[in-house]
Amino acid sequence: MKIYAPLDSVALALGGDAVADAFTAAGCEVIRTGSRGMHWLEPLIEAETDGARVGFASVEASDAEGIVKSLASDPRPHPKFIGAIDELPWMKRQTRLIFGRCGVVDPASAADYEAHGGIRGLKRALSISSDAVCEEIAASGLRGRGGAGFPAAIKWKTVAAAGGDRKYVVCNADEGDSGTFADRMIMEGDPFLLIEGMTIAALAVGAAEGYVYLRSEYPVAARVLAKAIDDAYAAGLLGANVLGSGRAFDLELFIGAGAYICGEETSLLNSLEGKRGEVRAKPPLPALEGLFGAPTLVHNVLSFCAVPAIVADGGRAYAAVGVGKSTGSMPFQLSGDIKYSGLFEAPFGLTLRDLVEDIGGGTRSGRPVRAIQIGGPLGAYLPPAMFGAVVDYEELAAIGAGVGHGGIVVFNDSVDMAEQARYAFEFCAEESCGKCTPCRIGAVRGVEIVGRLMSGEDHAKNMEVLGDLCDLMVDGSLCAMGGMTPIPVRSALEHFPEDFAFPSNKRIFVSGSENSQ
Amino acid sequence: MGGTSDQSIRIGAIVEAFVGRTGGLISALRAVQDEFGFIPPETEEIAAAAFNLSRAEVKGVLSFYSDFRRKPPGCVVVRLCAAESCQAQGGRELVREISRRFALSPGKTSASGDLTLENVYCLGLCSVGPAASVDDCLMARAAPEAIAAAIEEKWRSQKGSRA
Ligand SMILES: Cc1cc2nc3c(=O)[nH]c(=O)nc-3n(C[C@H](O)[C@H](O)[C@H](O)COP(=O)(O)O)c2cc1C
Ligand code: SF4
Ligand code: FES
Repeated sequence: MKIYAPLDSVALALGGDAVADAFTAAGCEVIRTGSRGMHWLEPLIEAETDGARVGFASVEASDAEGIVKSLASDPRPHPKFIGAIDELPWMKRQTRLIFGRCGVVDPASAADYEAHGGIRGLKRALSISSDAVCEEIAASGLRGRGGAGFPAAIKWKTVAAAGGDRKYVVCNADEGDSGTFADRMIMEGDPFLLIEGMTIAALAVGAAEGYVYLRSEYPVAARVLAKAIDDAYAAGLLGANVLGSGRAFDLELFIGAGAYICGEETSLLNSLEGKRGEVRAKPPLPALEGLFGAPTLVHNVLSFCAVPAIVADGGRAYAAVGVGKSTGSMPFQLSGDIKYSGLFEAPFGLTLRDLVEDIGGGTRSGRPVRAIQIGGPLGAYLPPAMFGAVVDYEELAAIGAGVGHGGIVVFNDSVDMAEQARYAFEFCAEESCGKCTPCRIGAVRGVEIVGRLMSGEDHAKNMEVLGDLCDLMVDGSLCAMGGMTPIPVRSALEHFPEDFAFPSNKRIFVSGSENSQ
Repeated sequence: MGGTSDQSIRIGAIVEAFVGRTGGLISALRAVQDEFGFIPPETEEIAAAAFNLSRAEVKGVLSFYSDFRRKPPGCVVVRLCAAESCQAQGGRELVREISRRFALSPGKTSASGDLTLENVYCLGLCSVGPAASVDDCLMARAAPEAIAAAIEEKWRSQKGSRA
């Protein structure tokens, strides 16, 4: 009997290895896959009988024998049986343009990738001109998924048109934002998709070398991706003669060393050169002067992973999904105090309420939702009154927020928003690259000022000073680390002013703050 | 320094393998740390010579990245996620409780050298927080008891392997 057991970090952190071992011990053939994204049900295993797969949720090692036994007759009465995964409403509502194979395919097998529809994009790319590939990207309307939402085609065309015999493609797999894990999941669950996307991009822009810059906090992703790269060479997907085309692309994995700022693309490039991850002034853009001064196409993992389907099925088909200028799908990552946590890939156009209350099911703790933070540590805090907002790049920008990398973190009513504002500054102080004063010194000052507000010291004056500091950081910072740290701070102030008042109910009650679960 | 002690020779051999590689210095430092658990001080000079950099440049890189340790860590390294999504799931309380139980604040190694506590900013386990790791072992929905048990288990197995 075949058992599909996840090797995704989430499943491992919930005892997934022991579960897989137990099925092996029970005589099953165990295939380790990525996660389907329903993290509240992990470890979630699937058993294949007569070619069809059925799932079992929240499986423990001690369940293995019982599950195997139940499968011999009728598994349905088994308490952990949840049926065919693709038929579950939570899965059926998704549009999985990127994550369709994740959790299904064997991430350690290039052949399985191809059997599940992989490589179609690369094959088509090799059969049309590089310009035509860039045109598909333009037609798709794809925007960068790393945070800024910049149109991908503009970068591709810039790098393609740049002179010089050395060019690079670099994948930003630094995924430092709290509340995001889509890059990790796809690298663990479907690594060949990233390899294919990068290869298509490299050939289209005329680059023969590429790097994946992966954060060191993701050892499982590192292991899976390293093996996939080796296998891709062996299968002729990478190397001097990509799929027999006579064209070359070499790809290497580089592991970072623990610095949030290295997710910023110029800092990342410095780090990849073996230097301190200090941010570079722009211009020059990396597309013209990037890695070692050569034209470099830098994209987030999810941006590259969108490419194979765009090229295989055409940019117009991709653009037909989504709303307005936010085309295609976004793998939303739901976390924090939320019942149905995990990865939900959907076209742009859902509301925040759809994502938090309907799909996410509200809080896991049962307490009321008080706030969400969307778009990572530099993203806005929003109250439920604003959950009617549609999630697309323009509409969120209009309310002072951003899609970022698609992470939505839910906080219940025990949250102290002044504490969160102070944390935003603490994080900036901790992770600032130190190159410019408004960020390096400003963040430290911010921590102090919010601290004073919380203790009621010179309240009116400190509110004013805080406003000035935010202005200074926005205007004077070289990059978005300093420039956007005021977003969580200001949104907290604007939408939750009561938490900044003195005396505040919040902090009188907070002595019993174990209440957050 | 940079001399010919056994350790220097080993460091030199590790570092040498990364010369000429993209981002070689960072990868070399990681490899040294993987071998010794930290970056021994003589690494600076050895790496500077190998990569044709000044010692200050190597020091600059070492100090920039939070992964690099200048001192040996404790026998067990516990990392607790201090970032927002875990905060929303009781992460702050978890950090406080573990610090209290082991009388150790994040960023510190106990005087006995048996435990290092560190903050980490997101392990990508936000959907099942609060997240932690005990050495290489990832933990989701981490309760203080489970972390304490994992630490003690590590201590026991280390004692076992030394005996
Ligand atoms: C402080 C900071 C951190 C960032 N972190 C990441 C990250 O972890 N991953 C990422 O893809 N982009 C990150 N970015 C955005 C990158 O600078 C860059 O815009 C992105 O890699 C471009 O890829 P895209 O076009 O696919 O979005 C960060 C930016 C800033 C300012
Ligand atoms: S804003 Fe902060 S992180 Fe960005 S360049 Fe300035 S000091 Fe560095
Ligand atoms: S915020 Fe803690 S694991 Fe992501």
